[in-house]
Amino acid sequence: MQLDNVASLSHFIPELVLSGAIVLLILLDLIIVNRRVAGALAMAASVATLLLVIAGGASNTWLFNGMVVFDSFAFFFRLLITLATIVAVWMSIGSVEVRRCEQGEYYAILLSASLGMFLMAEANNLLMAYLSLELVSLTSYILTGFLKHNRRSQEAALKYLIYGGVASGTMIYGMSWIFGIAGGLDFGAINAALSQSGTGSSLAVFIALVLILAGMGYKVASVPFHMWAPDVYTGAPIPITTFLAVGSKAAGFALLTRFFYPAISHLAADGNWQALSGVDWPQLLLVICMITMTLGNLAALQQNNMKRLLAYSSIAQAGYALMGFVVLSNDGLRAMMFYLIAYYVMDAGAFLVVMIVANATGHEDIDAYRGLAWRGGLVPAVALAIFLFSLTGIPLTVGFIGKFYLFAAAIRGQFYILALVGIINSVISLYYYVRPIRTMFLDEPEGDEGAVTAEAWNYGLMGALAAATIVLGLYWGPLIDFAGRSLKFFIGPA
Amino acid sequence: MDHLLTIITFAPLVGMVLILLCPRDQHNLIRWLAAAATVPQIVIAIYLYAHFDTATTAVQFAERYPWVPAYHINYFIGVDGISISMVLLTALICFISVFASFGIEKGVKGYFALLLLLDTGMMGVFVALDFFLFYIFWEVMLLPMYFLIGIWGGPRREYAAIKFFLYTLLGSVLILLAMLGLYYYNPTPTFDMTKLAANAASYSITFQRIAWIALFIGFAIKIPAFPFHTWLPDAHVEAPTAISVILAGILLKMGTYGILRVNFGILPAATHDMAWAFLGVVGTINIVYGALCAMAQTDYKKLIAYSSVSHMGYVMLGLAAFTAAGINGAVLQMFNHGTITAMLFILVGVIYDRAHHREIDGFGGLASHLPIYAGITGLAFFAAMGLPGMSAFISEVLVLLGSWQVHPIMTVLGASAAILTAGYMLWTYQRIYLGPVNDRYIGFSDLSARELFTLVPLAAIVLILGVYPHAILGLLNTSLTHLNQVVIASAPHTASVALAH
Repeated sequence: MQLDNVASLSHFIPELVLSGAIVLLILLDLIIVNRRVAGALAMAASVATLLLVIAGGASNTWLFNGMVVFDSFAFFFRLLITLATIVAVWMSIGSVEVRRCEQGEYYAILLSASLGMFLMAEANNLLMAYLSLELVSLTSYILTGFLKHNRRSQEAALKYLIYGGVASGTMIYGMSWIFGIAGGLDFGAINAALSQSGTGSSLAVFIALVLILAGMGYKVASVPFHMWAPDVYTGAPIPITTFLAVGSKAAGFALLTRFFYPAISHLAADGNWQALSGVDWPQLLLVICMITMTLGNLAALQQNNMKRLLAYSSIAQAGYALMGFVVLSNDGLRAMMFYLIAYYVMDAGAFLVVMIVANATGHEDIDAYRGLAWRGGLVPAVALAIFLFSLTGIPLTVGFIGKFYLFAAAIRGQFYILALVGIINSVISLYYYVRPIRTMFLDEPEGDEGAVTAEAWNYGLMGALAAATIVLGLYWGPLIDFAGRSLKFFIGPA
Repeated sequence: MDHLLTIITFAPLVGMVLILLCPRDQHNLIRWLAAAATVPQIVIAIYLYAHFDTATTAVQFAERYPWVPAYHINYFIGVDGISISMVLLTALICFISVFASFGIEKGVKGYFALLLLLDTGMMGVFVALDFFLFYIFWEVMLLPMYFLIGIWGGPRREYAAIKFFLYTLLGSVLILLAMLGLYYYNPTPTFDMTKLAANAASYSITFQRIAWIALFIGFAIKIPAFPFHTWLPDAHVEAPTAISVILAGILLKMGTYGILRVNFGILPAATHDMAWAFLGVVGTINIVYGALCAMAQTDYKKLIAYSSVSHMGYVMLGLAAFTAAGINGAVLQMFNHGTITAMLFILVGVIYDRAHHREIDGFGGLASHLPIYAGITGLAFFAAMGLPGMSAFISEVLVLLGSWQVHPIMTVLGASAAILTAGYMLWTYQRIYLGPVNDRYIGFSDLSARELFTLVPLAAIVLILGVYPHAILGLLNTSLTHLNQVVIASAPHTASVALAH
């Protein structure tokens, strides 16, 4: 079903609520001086969005004359992005470094980024894909540089902007090739045109895909478009780092999947996907995936700053999630989607603890964690240990279950080398994930690190994420079913 | 009575939760709570021993509930002749380890909580019959072990702990891949080990070999088989006494247990092909190399650690023979080594607690001041040497008898290493307990009641099994003989081998 602009609005309520909140926040900033109100409003808007997304469900319709699609897949990512927004807003309210800034704009821009991510997950047209991706990018640049008096933050924003500009320029160039070959921007039209033999040369299509990959790979921070991530993750305020790591990345995966799967590939009856003949992007991405996880892990080994360590770790984690992407099966995509949820829970948790420690001590270096468990910070220390073990993939955590499904999909698709590279990377990653744990538990405090305490609401979120990490590691059946059910792309009335 | 194995597995976990609820400074309460949490295991272990049906190869006391049905993952536990002796051993060693830990003063609450978590993990490995569940328990053990070595260990504890963690994780992930392979290559995907074993014939021999090697490396790291043994001396030297006891007494057995349960049970054809090299040759190297290394040590605890490497070699050699005597001897050796080495590590801990060092040459003449201690040490040393009348004698002789017909050269090498063992054991005994009295140690007290309480049950078992090995062998024989038959029958070229003889 395809709806026109007016009829679409009734399906678009969560996004409209977000837009309304953005406008209201900008206006509020002009009128009210109290900074707490802005945070509370942003929080209320995010929670309302979450409820509306759940209430709306998935309706298998094209909105705005086919620019945007509402299917189960989009529903899944809207949910995930809203959850990421809630965590980002929650952390922003509790963050000391954010509290020092003008907050009205901050929350308005944060929610704009969230809106952009929604559209990325729903885009059904290259133009929409480009616009939504740009919306997310532009807002992310501002948020990254929001600490006006922090030089690292400024430098990070500039780097992000330059890399981002190059990546999106490359991407839109690739999109113009696709437009030239397929004669349309709509994903359905592209699919129909490309699957007819004789439409353009396969080499031209391949080049176009590589160019487009630059923009999307940049969003998920995969090699070789990852260079911005360490600096940006380190320089940005921690809530924004978290938002980029779990939200922006998830939206990137959503767009990547929708473009490379339903738009240019075909689903066979057995649940496996077939790429266009002669256009060997799966091989390319297979190599990218293996290099991404290896490079991320190896680079993380040397880091002494927690945010930087988690930045490289998030590159490696994107590599793991790509494992599900490159095996060309619904099993793999389902594993990837499950892993994105797992990654959301554990990575947001890890960044939250980093923020709690940074709030209390003003430091983000691993040295600031020395003997944390023995100097009154046992609770955050245990929580961080849970998140880091989960990121490693140790059982009883959701991270293990996520990796289990990824490896299962790789083995089932007979990608043995990929599976082997994946497990070797898991072992390597243990070494650096355990380093903060070792510092917190095995080392004695030296006395000059300062005590770590946090407000109840920060502990509350941390406890919830830690509990989710473990509970989902013990009982994940409904969640994997949900990921499986969400794996339906609406490509037209059957 | 339906949930005996669930109780035996999770009773320590309940204890852990209770301990976490205790106030931090109530040290004695925490200690006795931990002890109480291991009592149900002992009681149930005795019940299992009394009611175990020795005539069947079937799984007993089984419990099965769906966990994640969409992926055929079940909570499926049970015991058979392969695992029963290990369940008994785990219950016993864990009970004793708790008492051996009463001297811990730093972070008492955390220590005992982790110890009990470790207990649940180990027991779970031996009762799990669903491969996924087995894997979860297998990895869950790593976490408490890492912290127990890393926080309560010696000066180089951080290095030892991370080395242990990295080695075993590498092994574990290989097991994970093999597990997924078995799952997908089975005609009906399942993690049920009994079903996987029943469908063993459906795997191609190439697949079996690849999976076998992945599994073998995973398990060999735990045994530890040469050349994957280097984590063991480090871990042992740094670990606190009770953790060394658990490490040598139970953890090492998981390696050989895994080989029996998975490699033998599920991949019999590949086992038949590869065992002589990977178990026989490597086992022989373990025996000789471990003994030679032990001889060269100056640290008492490191010496005992290397003797474990040597003694676990007998288990591998016995498994490689595919004879009833070999496989029975191997599993009996697992049990015996568990009890003897536990004694040895407790005894090392006793002297370390008093002297605060473990240099073998730094002692001398201890026997004249600490007669009871020296006496029990003598008993444990003789047991470790495999003297007749002690439990290890029976199991080592069974292994060598079983192996002699099949691998005569390895058997001769393995048997000769007994001389090396006697050499380093007696030499060590002489340097520490005999000879001129070292004045520094005159004031030392002999074994305390608590120390005696941890040692005497082990010593009694060593002596009883020395004269009546049937007490354990009776449990094993039916299942192991059957498993052995399965492996022999699965070989594609059984007929030609028979003709050649």
